[in-house]
Amino acid sequence: MLLQDKDRIFTNLYGRHDWRLEAARQRGSWNGTAEILQEGRDWIIDQVKKSGLRGRGGAGFPTGLKWSFMPKEVGARPHYLVVNADESEPGTCKDREMMRNDPHHLVEGCLIASFAMQAHACYIYIRGEYVLERERLEAAIAEAYKAKLIGPDNIHGWDFELYVHHGAGAYICGEETALLESLEGKKGQPRLKPPFPAGAGLYGCPTTVNNVESIAVVPTILRRGAGWFTGFGRDGNAGTKVFSISGHVNAPCNIEEAMSIPLRTLIDQYAGGVRGGWDNLKAVIPGGSSVPLLPKDICDDVLMDFDALREHKSGLGTAAVIVMDNSTDVVKAIARISYFYKHESCGQCTPCREGTGWMWRVLERMARGEAQLSEIDDLLDVAGQVEGHTICALGDAAAWPVQGLIRHFRHEIEDRINNYRAGKPVFVPVAAE
Amino acid sequence: MSVRRLATTQPDSFAFNADSEAEVAFWMNKYPPERKASAVIPLLWLAQKQEGWVSEPAMREIAARCAMPYIRVYEVATFYTMFNLEPVGVHLIQVCGTTPCWLRGADGLKAVCEKRIGKKGRGHLSADGKFSWEEVECLGACSNAPMVQIANSEGDYYYEDLTPQALEAILDDLAAGKRVEPGPVTRRHCSEPTNAKVGVLEDASLFDGSRAGRFELPNRARPQEPLAEERKSRPASGAAGTGGEAAIAPKKARKTAADGAAAAEAEAEKPAPRKPAAKTPAAKKPAAKKPAAKKDE
Repeated sequence: MLLQDKDRIFTNLYGRHDWRLEAARQRGSWNGTAEILQEGRDWIIDQVKKSGLRGRGGAGFPTGLKWSFMPKEVGARPHYLVVNADESEPGTCKDREMMRNDPHHLVEGCLIASFAMQAHACYIYIRGEYVLERERLEAAIAEAYKAKLIGPDNIHGWDFELYVHHGAGAYICGEETALLESLEGKKGQPRLKPPFPAGAGLYGCPTTVNNVESIAVVPTILRRGAGWFTGFGRDGNAGTKVFSISGHVNAPCNIEEAMSIPLRTLIDQYAGGVRGGWDNLKAVIPGGSSVPLLPKDICDDVLMDFDALREHKSGLGTAAVIVMDNSTDVVKAIARISYFYKHESCGQCTPCREGTGWMWRVLERMARGEAQLSEIDDLLDVAGQVEGHTICALGDAAAWPVQGLIRHFRHEIEDRINNYRAGKPVFVPVAAE
Repeated sequence: MSVRRLATTQPDSFAFNADSEAEVAFWMNKYPPERKASAVIPLLWLAQKQEGWVSEPAMREIAARCAMPYIRVYEVATFYTMFNLEPVGVHLIQVCGTTPCWLRGADGLKAVCEKRIGKKGRGHLSADGKFSWEEVECLGACSNAPMVQIANSEGDYYYEDLTPQALEAILDDLAAGKRVEPGPVTRRHCSEPTNAKVGVLEDASLFDGSRAGRFELPNRARPQEPLAEERKSRPASGAAGTGGEAAIAPKKARKTAADGAAAAEAEAEKPAPRKPAAKTPAAKKPAAKKPAAKKDE
C-alpha cells in the first residue's frame, strides 16, 4: 500500500502552501516543542534510537546512535551541531525542497537536536548554488528568532543560536570533515579520522554533523512516536523517505514514500512510469551517482531500502533514483559520472586525484570503442585500488559506478571495442518511444 | 580537481561598497570573534556579487578582514569553483551537464549556448559582451532537469525543466533587457509529480490547522502535570525552567509504558484519546477537524 498523506512528514514539499511560520504552525510545526524538551535529552536520544532513523545523507548510520557519541558533559569546549545541506550528489534534490518549502521542520529539528546534544549553537552549511534556498532559510530563521522560538532567552528555555553558512561549489564539502574544514575557512579537504567530529569537530570542539532530512524529520517522529515511524519499512530500514526521481521517466519528481517500497511501484505510481514503458528500461542508479547501477532484471522487483539494495551490491545512498531507458549510452552515462568525480576530487590523496582522471579517460575511450579488451580488467583493477585507499569515501564513490558498469554491462563495452575494430558503428541508440 | 589560476590583468584596488559592508558585518557576526577565517567564503562571494568576479586586491582585502594570510584566501578562491577568477558576462549561464541533466537533454542546452554565445568558458564573452557560459557539475535540481543557473545582477537563480527552445527564449529576453522569472519554465511549481496515479499532499486535514491543536506526546518518559492549563498560560519565556533540562515534578504517576516502541504500538491502536483535549497522533485526522482558517492556501 502506498503512503497516505496523513503520514507524510513534509506536508509542503512542493511549495503549494505558504512556507512562513504561521502556516508552518498550522501544519503542525513547533507544536509541543516545549513538552518535547521537557522530556529531557536522554529521552529524545532514546526515542530517535527507537525510531530506527538512519542518516539520510547517504551512509545510513543510525542517527540516535550518532547523537549518543557526543560527550555526556560539556567541558571547556562548547558542543556544536552542524547540518549538512551541501546537497551535491548527482540525482539528489530533496533537501532543496525541504529547505525552501518546509524550512521550519529544519529549524525546529535543529533546536531539538542541539538541545539533545547540549549544543547552544548550530550551523547549517548549505551549498553555495542554493541561493534562493539560503535566502528562504535565513528568513525562516529570522521569523523563529522574532517569535522567540530560538535565540537567547527563547520560550523553550534553551539558549540557542542558529546560523546559515554557505559553500561555493565543492561536492567534497558534503563529506563531514571536509565540511568542517570549509566552515573553518579552509579548502574542503577531508580530515583523517580519528579523531571523529564527536571528539574534535568544528573549531576542535565536539560536533555532530547530520543531513538536513535526518534533522528535519525528528520533530515529527517525536510528536507521533517512534512506533509510528518504525511502522514504515522493513526491519532496520524504518521510516518514510523523500525519493528524488530523475532521468528517463515521464514525469520526474520528488516524493515522500515509505522505505522498502518496490522500485517499480515508486516509478510507476509517481513518476509516470519509464519513458516508453517498463520494458524500455535499461538500468537504474538507485541512490545517487555514487552507487552502482542495477540492470532491469534486478529493478523488476528490488525494494528501495538499505539492506535490499546492498544485497544487490548497490546502495540506497541518498535515495536518488536515476532512470535510464534503452536509448541510453550507458557507458557514456557512467563516463560522465567519472568526469564528475575527477572534477570534484579534492586532490589530497593520490589514488583518488590520479585515479579518477585515469578512469574517466579510459571510459571515454571505451564509449567510443577505442580500447583494448584487456583494459576492461585494467579498469576494474584500478577502480579496486582507488576504493578504500583514500581518506574519505569520494574514492569509493568514484570506483563503485565503474565497477557496477563492468559488472552488469561488460558485454556492451566488449561489443563496442569489437565493433570499432571491425569498422562498424560502435553505438546505435535505440529510439525512445 | 580543476586547475584554476588568477586572471593576468588585475585591478589596482578593491573596496567593499556600503551595501556590501552591511553584509560583511552580518556574516562576520556569525562566527566566534577568534574564528574570523570562517567568513572567508561568504566574503569572497560578496566581493564577487559586487564586482562580478574575484580579483587579487579583493582577496588581499578579505585576508585582512578575516585575519588570515593572503595565501590561504588564494587557496580558497582557487579551490571553490563558484568563484569567478576573471571577468564574466553580465549574464553567466551555467549549464548543468552531469548525468541526470545529460540524460534529459543537457547537450541540447549546451548547443544553444555555443550557437548563441560562443565558446565555453566563463571568460569568453559573447559578441555583444553580455553573455558567457560554462558547463557546471550537478546543481541539485535533478527532478527538474535539464536546467541552468543564471548569475546576473538579479541574483543566481535556477531555470528548470528546460528545452533548447525555452532556453533560447530566456536568452532572447535577457538580451532585450527583460527580467525572466526563475523556476520551471513549464507550469510546474517545484518538483511535484505531474503524472502520478494517486493524489499527493491533497488531504485537506494537513492544512486546516488540526495539526496545530493540542496533542499528547507519545512515549513520555515521566508523568506530566496536566498539559492544557500549562500550555494555555505559558509565560513568554523560560517555561522550561533554567537550562532547558526541565525537571517537572511528577504530580501523579500516570500509567505510561516504559518501552517506547511497545507503547507507541499501543498508542497507535488505541481507538479513542484518553483525554478529550488530547489526541493521539494516529487518531489525529478526521475526528479532530477544526474549522480553523486555511491561512496557508
